[in-house]
Amino acid sequence: MKKLTCLGLSVVMALSLLAGCGGGGTSTPSTSTPDASAPSTSQGTDASTPANEEISGAVNTDGSTSMADVMAAFKESFEGLYPDVTINYSGTGSGSGITNALAGTVDIGLSSRALTDEEKAEGAVENIVALDGVAVVVNPENTITNLTVEQIAQIYNGTITNWSELGGADAPIAVIGRDAASGTRGAFEEIVGVEDQCVYTNEYESTGEVIGSVAGNPNAIGYASLSAVDESVVAVEVNGVAPSEATVADGTYEIQRPFVMVTKEGAELSPAAQAFLDWAMSADAADEIEAAGCVSPNA
Amino acid sequence: MSEQSLRNPSAPAGRKGRNGGARPLESVMQMIFFICGFIAIAFVLVITIYLIISGLPAIREIGLVDFLFGQEWASTAEEPKFGILPLILTSVYGTAGAILIGVPIGFLMAVFLSKVAPRRVAAVVRPVVDLLAGIPSIVYGLVGLMVLVPFIRETFHTAAGESLLAAIVVLAVMILPSIISVSETALNAVPKEYEEASLALGATDIETYFRISAPAAKSGIAAAVVLGVGRAIGEAMAIMMVAGNVANMPDLLSSVRFLTTGIAVELAYSSGLQRQALFSIGLVLFLFIMCINVILNVFLKRDKEG
Amino acid sequence: MSSIKESPQARTGASQGLSASRRAYNTGMRALIYIAAAIVVVLLVFLLGYILYRGLPNLTWEFLTSEESVVRDVQGIGPAILNTLYVILATLVVVLPLGVGAAIYLTEYAKNRKLVAAIEFATETLAGIPSIIYALVGVLIFAESLALGKTLIAGALTLVIMTLPTVIRTTQESLKTVPQSYREGSLGLGSGKWHMIRTVVLPSSIDGIVTGCILSIGRIVGESAVLLYTVGMSMSMQDFFRNGLESFFSASGSTLSVALYVYAKVRADFDLAFSVAVVLIVITLVINLASSLVGRKLKKN
Repeated sequence: MKKLTCLGLSVVMALSLLAGCGGGGTSTPSTSTPDASAPSTSQGTDASTPANEEISGAVNTDGSTSMADVMAAFKESFEGLYPDVTINYSGTGSGSGITNALAGTVDIGLSSRALTDEEKAEGAVENIVALDGVAVVVNPENTITNLTVEQIAQIYNGTITNWSELGGADAPIAVIGRDAASGTRGAFEEIVGVEDQCVYTNEYESTGEVIGSVAGNPNAIGYASLSAVDESVVAVEVNGVAPSEATVADGTYEIQRPFVMVTKEGAELSPAAQAFLDWAMSADAADEIEAAGCVSPNA
Repeated sequence: MSEQSLRNPSAPAGRKGRNGGARPLESVMQMIFFICGFIAIAFVLVITIYLIISGLPAIREIGLVDFLFGQEWASTAEEPKFGILPLILTSVYGTAGAILIGVPIGFLMAVFLSKVAPRRVAAVVRPVVDLLAGIPSIVYGLVGLMVLVPFIRETFHTAAGESLLAAIVVLAVMILPSIISVSETALNAVPKEYEEASLALGATDIETYFRISAPAAKSGIAAAVVLGVGRAIGEAMAIMMVAGNVANMPDLLSSVRFLTTGIAVELAYSSGLQRQALFSIGLVLFLFIMCINVILNVFLKRDKEG
Repeated sequence: MSSIKESPQARTGASQGLSASRRAYNTGMRALIYIAAAIVVVLLVFLLGYILYRGLPNLTWEFLTSEESVVRDVQGIGPAILNTLYVILATLVVVLPLGVGAAIYLTEYAKNRKLVAAIEFATETLAGIPSIIYALVGVLIFAESLALGKTLIAGALTLVIMTLPTVIRTTQESLKTVPQSYREGSLGLGSGKWHMIRTVVLPSSIDGIVTGCILSIGRIVGESAVLLYTVGMSMSMQDFFRNGLESFFSASGSTLSVALYVYAKVRADFDLAFSVAVVLIVITLVINLASSLVGRKLKKN
């Protein structure tokens, strides 16, 4: 009995020790002083006022892999404006972004689908920064260039399993999808109407992987952020409409969704994170959003 | 008892007298070392307790039978299903397959390095084997993804090459270096006299290796096998890259999900019952590993006694 | 090991006049050995060759040292190399005192054999736990319960638990090799126990501690699952010199293994993934050389 108590005590001690050192670290106020930072040399930014240099530290963002290009563009522009801030981005999937934002393990969660009512009820706040199409992609060797939403649904729920049924080569269809964390998957399955019915050949953890897999496999079909589509794959026309920034903006391309920065209601962001969120939501970020291949809602 | 007092030469009775009054530094240091020792135990306890506490609720909610023997894993569906039978079977088949491929080749290679190979050849090959043993597992996954997966797709005309087969081959290659080096160490430790006696009695060298040296080194070889099982069953990242990660019932050429990848795939975003279920998978995996450790201990002990 | 090889006459002498079945067994098993050896050697050469072939072309000084940039079209793993160093340092700073202390307690102080057995069993168990379970626990305990978030410090603390058994075991091994007479001599000369440990036991077991360090570094460099979930995958440069230690507690980042994962899985940029693999292989090579060097020194003493 005595041993047990002793044991319990030391466990508590060890944990509180760790908690103490962690807490101390996170709550330490910023130590960098304005005069210590390098003279502002960032070009082309008239916004580079001394105020920018007072904000420092790391902003951890985590979530949608579809937003990789947008985040890369955001990071460089924002770090140009605020030289003492580091933007960290981990591409783990929208579900992860939302979960982590609610759990407080990251500053800003990233989601490539609109938040559900349940998520909002838990305190997730939706900050839409861009609109993006979900491209349905096939290998360049594939002769099929146009599919209806109906056909796409039949491919994904397993009714059509061979390309010859669609007029293509006689080869099994490799139905490539994303893991359940994916905002792209959530948006795609909802719009195409195949929720919980999909028969996937493979599930991948990221947008890049889907594109890499489709680019390497002539039998594959997949879905991915329009902003991430490159020349290694072909984005098919859906109901006769080719996906592009213009067709996403005017709504004629059906499969589209928002890019969302998720914060937690009531939780205060660090000055750096708040500045980043404000900047991303402002019209200043429109150029970066367009450069990444998306549509800015603020443009 | 005697061994203990040997280990602690300052037997408690004599010590105080010799040192005069207890030096404060001494007792402080003893306290510090005691705490260090205890933290090690505390970590294990915390992990074990954490796994059990966080793993049990989901099992209770899902039901032990439905959890262990349910054939469908659909954690994010409208009506979620948490059956991990496909995951368990995949892990068992995958590990068994890797052992079936890896152990014979690894053992024969160990015999080669230890007994047959010219010394110079062995001196070149051995460090390379050690190098491969130390390479991060994720590198094996990468090579598997780039070489094995397209190969399987084209050879077997499947829609995609990610499959149980790919995972088995990657695991087999991954455990090969450690099986080779552990078995070789065991074979090298066999007393020379055994082999000389066997040869003198007219056995050929090959007969000596397999009928005298190998049985004499069997505990070391068994340890190599168990080590391989442990590594194979615990690996996540390498096979996550080649297994396809759909929770199908295991089939050699279809996309599968292991116990480890089952955790890895959903860990980042899970919440609620789904996350608790991941801890339950962790608990099952933990029990598997504990069983393997116990088996290893029994093996080694029986060998010592026999 | 070599006695058989050195006497070829013995072999030929013995194989004369063997029965057919014994001869078949001999030939068959010998063939199997050579086939297995051939498979392994081909595999080794292929693996290393393929990784070098795919990885070397992109491996430039710029790739190793710079931070990636979309605007300047630069790829770089400089931050990942630094993050790997940071995580190694932070882990060792915590795990070394803890592990060495525990080993000292076990070999020098502990009087209760059951307690020693329990701690040894505990460390054995820790050593056998797969890293994905450490990831699971690390996320829950450090990132969430202790509210450290996905940061370098959360990852380092998880790795402390993971590498603790290695440090304890290697230190313990080398402490056990310190002759008992050294201890008795020191105590007999009137030094206290801590003084004896500090001046006699620790200096003679320094090799074991270094080995523990090297093995831990190897495990940290190779780890991907734990770091992926507790530290994240950011490829950004963490500038501690400008932002101070504070950012270590608040920044997420990727180590080399995680960077490989990011290139291979998240971006499908396989050539760069192979370049990272080459870097990892070189590091593994250095670690192996270092540990065999220390091992040789240990034998000499």
